[in-house]
Parts: sequence; C-alpha cells; structure tokens
Amino acid sequence: MSSIGTGYDLSASQFSPDGRVFQIDYASKAVEKSGTVIGLRGKDSVVLAVEKIVTSPLYEEDAGARIFTIDKNIGLAIAGLLADGRYIVDIARQEAANYRQQFERTIPLRHLTERVAAYVHAYTLYSAVRPFGVSVILSAWDEDQGPQLYKIEPSGSSFGYFACASGKAKQQAKTEMEKFNYTEMSTTDLVQNSGRIIYQVHDELKDKDFRYEMSLVGKETNGVHRLNPAPWHAMAIEAGEAFKNEDDSDNEI
Amino acid sequence: MYAGHQVIPQQFWSNGPAPGQFYNFTGGYNGLATGSANQCKEYTTPGLFGTQHSSSPITTGTSVVGIKFDGGVMIAADNLVSYGSLARYQDVQRVFKVNNKTIMGAGGDFADFQSLKRSIDQKIVEDLCHGDDLEMKPKSLYNWLTRVFYNRRSRFNPLWLEMVVGGLDNGEPFLGHVDLRGRAYEDDVVATGFGKHLALPLVREQLVEGKKLTQEQASDVLRKCMEVLYYRDCRSMPKYSVVVCTKDGSVVQGPFNVNENWQLATMVKGY
Amino acid sequence: MNFMGIEQFPDYKVPGTQHQDFSPYESNGGSIVAIAGDDYVVIAADTRLSSGYTIHTRKQNKLFQLSGKTVLGSTGCWCDTLALTALVKARMQMYEHTHLKTMSTDAIAQMLSIIMYNKRFFPYYVSNVLAGLDNEGKGVVYSYDPIGHCERATYRAGGSAGALLQPVLDNQIGFKNMQLDGEIPKVSKDRAVAIATDTFISAAERDIYTGDAVCINIITKDGIEVKEVQLRKD
Repeated sequence: MSSIGTGYDLSASQFSPDGRVFQIDYASKAVEKSGTVIGLRGKDSVVLAVEKIVTSPLYEEDAGARIFTIDKNIGLAIAGLLADGRYIVDIARQEAANYRQQFERTIPLRHLTERVAAYVHAYTLYSAVRPFGVSVILSAWDEDQGPQLYKIEPSGSSFGYFACASGKAKQQAKTEMEKFNYTEMSTTDLVQNSGRIIYQVHDELKDKDFRYEMSLVGKETNGVHRLNPAPWHAMAIEAGEAFKNEDDSDNEI
Repeated sequence: MYAGHQVIPQQFWSNGPAPGQFYNFTGGYNGLATGSANQCKEYTTPGLFGTQHSSSPITTGTSVVGIKFDGGVMIAADNLVSYGSLARYQDVQRVFKVNNKTIMGAGGDFADFQSLKRSIDQKIVEDLCHGDDLEMKPKSLYNWLTRVFYNRRSRFNPLWLEMVVGGLDNGEPFLGHVDLRGRAYEDDVVATGFGKHLALPLVREQLVEGKKLTQEQASDVLRKCMEVLYYRDCRSMPKYSVVVCTKDGSVVQGPFNVNENWQLATMVKGY
Repeated sequence: MNFMGIEQFPDYKVPGTQHQDFSPYESNGGSIVAIAGDDYVVIAADTRLSSGYTIHTRKQNKLFQLSGKTVLGSTGCWCDTLALTALVKARMQMYEHTHLKTMSTDAIAQMLSIIMYNKRFFPYYVSNVLAGLDNEGKGVVYSYDPIGHCERATYRAGGSAGALLQPVLDNQIGFKNMQLDGEIPKVSKDRAVAIATDTFISAAERDIYTGDAVCINIITKDGIEVKEVQLRKD
C-alpha cells in the first residue's frame, strides 16, 4: 500500500488505478488488530476459539463475547470491530430465520455463508457506506453434511476450510494449524489443540490479559451449538496452560 | 398508545438488500428484530371483492386430552388428520415437545397449526441464540397463544385451533387450554372437541379432591379416554401418541394402539 | 352469480367439510353480585366457565383484584374478559409510573368506561361490576354495559343470572316497594355476605351458566378477605 492517500481511498465505490478498493484494505487492517480467532473442523465436530483480549479489569467476565449462536446448530465467531460483528450476527440470524420460515428446516451453512457474504459484499459497492471491519468464521454440524467451517472476509469473499484463523496472530496460527491433519481428529484432540494454539499465539508482552472462549458443535453436543461447554472449555484451558508452562520452562534452560 | 412516542427504528441505508430479499419467492416475510412498519399488515391480500377469510377448518385433527399428575403433565392425541369425513393422513403427530419444560397438543385446522408451529420453532431458536440456557416456560407459551388467537379472532381471521399447553412452571405442573377466540383457562384436566364430552367425565371420575394421580394412573386413564374416544368419535383412529413432561424432561411416547373389541357390535340394534 | 364473488370460491371446499360461520363472540356464563356498605363492599362471582351445555372448568376465578381496595368482576365472553382485564392492569401500571400513586376506585371506574367505549363498534362482550372503597373509605359499586355505560350504585347483580338476582337484591337490600317508616335500614357486612351467598345458591338452581362455587371478596380498610362457598355442580 505504497500509494496511501492519493485520493482513491475515500470511497468504497471507486477503484484505485492499480485495481484496489482501499476501503476494503483498511477494513482488513481493522481485522488484523483484533484478538486471534480460529476455527478447527474435526471428524465429528467443529470448534471455534477466540483469544478475547481483556482491556480492563473493570469488565465483567462475560463482557464483549465474540462467539454467537445463529441457529440451533450454527455458531459464528468474529474478528475485528465488535459492533460491526454484532450487526452481522443479527443479519445472519435473520437470514437463518428467513430460510426456516420458507423451508421449515435449518439453513445449510453453505447457503447461510453465501447469503451473509453477499450482504457483506454489498457494503463494498457504494460510496455512501463503508465495508464491515470484520472477518467472521462460521461453524455447523449436522447429520447429513457432518462438520462444516466457513470464513467470510470484509471484501465479501468466502471459502470453506479445514482450519482457519483471523486477527492478530493469523499467520502464526496458520503455521501451527498446518502441522496437523484435522479431518480425522477426535473432539477431545480438537478442543485441546484449539486451547494450545490460542495460548501459544497470545502475545503476553503486548496484551497482558486474555480469556479463552470457545464453542463446540458436533455429535457430542447432539448437534447443538454450545458456548464454552463443560467439560470441553476447561479441557482446552488446561491444555493451553500446560503448553504455556512447558514453553516457559524451555526458555529458562 | 402514545402516537409518535414509539421508537421506530430508522433505516440507515434503504438501497441495499434486505435479508432474504433475493431468496423470497413468496415475498414479504419480516424476520426477527425488524421495524414496526409492516407489523399491521393483513395476512391475506384483498381480491376483487374484498378479502376472504377462513370461516371453517379444512384438514382437521380431533380431540386432545391433557392431565396433570404428581410431578408432571401428559397430553395425548390420536395420529389422524381428517379431510372432512375422510381419514386422510393417518400417521401425523399432534402432540409435541416444545422444550424440556413445555409440551403441547393441537386440535382443529392442521394447516393453521403447522404455520403456528413454525413461529414457535423460531421462538425456540431465539431462546437458544441468547445462550443463557433459559427456556420458554409453559405459562409463557400459553399466554402468547392467548394473545395470538385473540388478535386473529379480532381481525375476523381466526386460527382455527384448540390447543392444550402443559409442562412444569418453576417445578409446578401447569396445564392450560386455549381456543380459536383466545378463550383460555387452566385446570387439572383439559380436553378439546369430543374429548370435552367423552374424556373429561372419565378423568374427573378418577380425580379425588386434594389427591394427585400417579404418572401410571394418569397414563392408564388417558389410554381409557383414547379408547372411548375411538369408539364414539367418527373422526378418530385407534393409534395415538402421548407427550409427557416431568422434572427429567419432555418425551413423546408412542404411537400406541387402543384396545379394540367389536364383538359387542353385532348385538347393537335399534338404529 | 358473477357479482357475488362466487368465482373466488376456492375449489378445495368439498361437501364433506361442514360449514361453520365464525363468530368472534361466545357466551361463557357466570354471574356477579356486589353490595356496598358504609365501610365495606362485598363482591361475589361464581367459578363456572361454560359454553352451551359444556362446562370447561369449575374453578375459574372471575374476580380481578386491581388494587388493595378495588376488585373487578367480569363475565360474558371470557376471551374479551382476559383482554380487557390485561389492558386495565397495564393502564393502571402506567398510571402508577406517571403519578407515583395507585389509581383510586373512582378513577378506575371512569377509565374502565373509556376503555370499553373505545371499542364501541366491536365491543368487549362482557358484563362488568366494579367494587371498591372510594376516597372517603365508603363502599361503592359501579356497573357497566358492554359499550361502556357506567353507573354508580350501592348494590348490583350482573352476568348470566343478573336479571334473576337483581330483583332479589332490590327487595333484600334496597327495600324496594315496601312500606317503610323512616329511613332505609342499613345492611351489615355479615348480612351482605349472607345475602350474596344465598342469591348464588338460588341462581345455581335456575341458571345453568351459574354454579360450582362462589368466590366472595370482602373489601374493608384492612384489606381484602377471600371466601369460597360450594354450589351445586350439575
């Protein structure tokens, strides 16, 4: 982005001469400042996990949650501007409700992603609006399709993943995730891995305090998307803490 | 009530797509959390000579019977949906688990019920989205139905239904009845349609003032009710289902078959 | 037949389905009696909820305690009663929030009349009797017709056996058509409760929409006392 300024970055409805829409790039910057969010798709379940950075000890423990339930078996995690994200959550819930009203069944995640992505994309086309400063990760599990995982970017593009990450430590998380083959992984391993990755990529120097938050949807939850479910939540934190301590003792030597 | 005092959410941007807009082939559904602009819309578009409202049910379910017992509630209905006098659909559930503390049964126009059920299902999803592990209580559903039915009857466009709602409200058994006009009442035993005439007396016979039935007694008397109803109600069938709600949750049981004995039939004379 | 809109008649209507015209109203029966004295007011209503020959429930309370000194008895079309009383309660709550005090019996009486008249052309099909203590602590009774006509009285019978009971009250409490020397005698609280109970026992004999039990609320400055007396259940 060498040509910062130059007059092409004031509107989402205008390209720059080298073929960029700067407003989208800036929205992506907002995502990069966010605490890390990951999604892992295993054999019979999908895990969403976030590194919720606690900016003040005055907040209640559950304040500023970044994982939401969209429908019975659909979860959504946001990286980026929280307020933008919650609006997307509302849109996603409306889309899911709309689908349910017409077809009397839960919306398949592929279709929900498509609809929400189309909505996000519409906000990259007009001068009167700004793109959403969020990247969202969607998870679902059902009997026919098994585990599903999608991510939508601020540009409105979306893809399906085996594992994906957004936010501050996206690159580092991706490097970690590439070490495993998740497709055959059990829920326990999946959950523990998510804990390890989040604890590993957390930068203690820059951000002091954080809370590990997760959601699980899969066979073990009877196809219901559950936030911070027992015993998985504690299991992931345990794995994360263990990893951190191990890492610290390595440094001491 | 105070015109203008109501907060009407303003649209920030009216040129963009509304959720579901591209995908609506019937058009015009307003999902959750939308503005009040379309709230007063009529349910049917007027034709050349005004609006046609349903003035009689088409596909119908017959009696529903509900009983309170010590520590819970159960509701029974047969598995038939009739088309006039035709026994049209013979494997249909008319009793439902709403969640672990709420159950219901429906008699009357089955299409009206199915459309209502869609709304109830959406309410359950909304409960789930809150993520606070709180569930709709039977009293809430009962009261909501009262208002929906009353609203529709006041527009002369009734939902042709008689519903039985049951469950555990703060641990206490609850059983209520709502009809197409929004007439509602609670009791230890309720029934709809023919059940009111045939089943209620059978159950009341078993009830001793101040003494509760056990779950087994309740289940037995329900079986007897469904049997008598099958013998005398032409729009019923021998196959029925029961939904039970106790502190352990709600379960739909069945289908069961009533005891049939037609040996006596040949001796009935005089018609 | 073209002009009658018959061409819009849906072809899925088959002879097998019987045609019922929808009426938004239904008479669910029930009677109310209220008697006011100098420092008390008694209001009673039976607990039977029925339509036609069907009894829905034998224990439906039809007395709505609106405040510590006001009780509304409402019978007729039960769904309208439910809607009306819910609205009255909501409006009373709003009054309390704006004025930081509970509505007086007189104010409730006036409001009820307005709420009823608001639906002049699609009325609440109910017979209301409002009983309470006024600002001086005296017992008062207000009675209404379905479109909001309001009248203050000292005693009143309403509901399905209203016409049956009113003459009895005229005689026993109003001492009507009698040669009295001097003033109309005062009726004591206990006597009022006894008369109310007796009228219901009699009404249950003649009116099939009244019976099962009678719920009596006795309102005095000390609060509301609730009593129940069983009636015939056939």
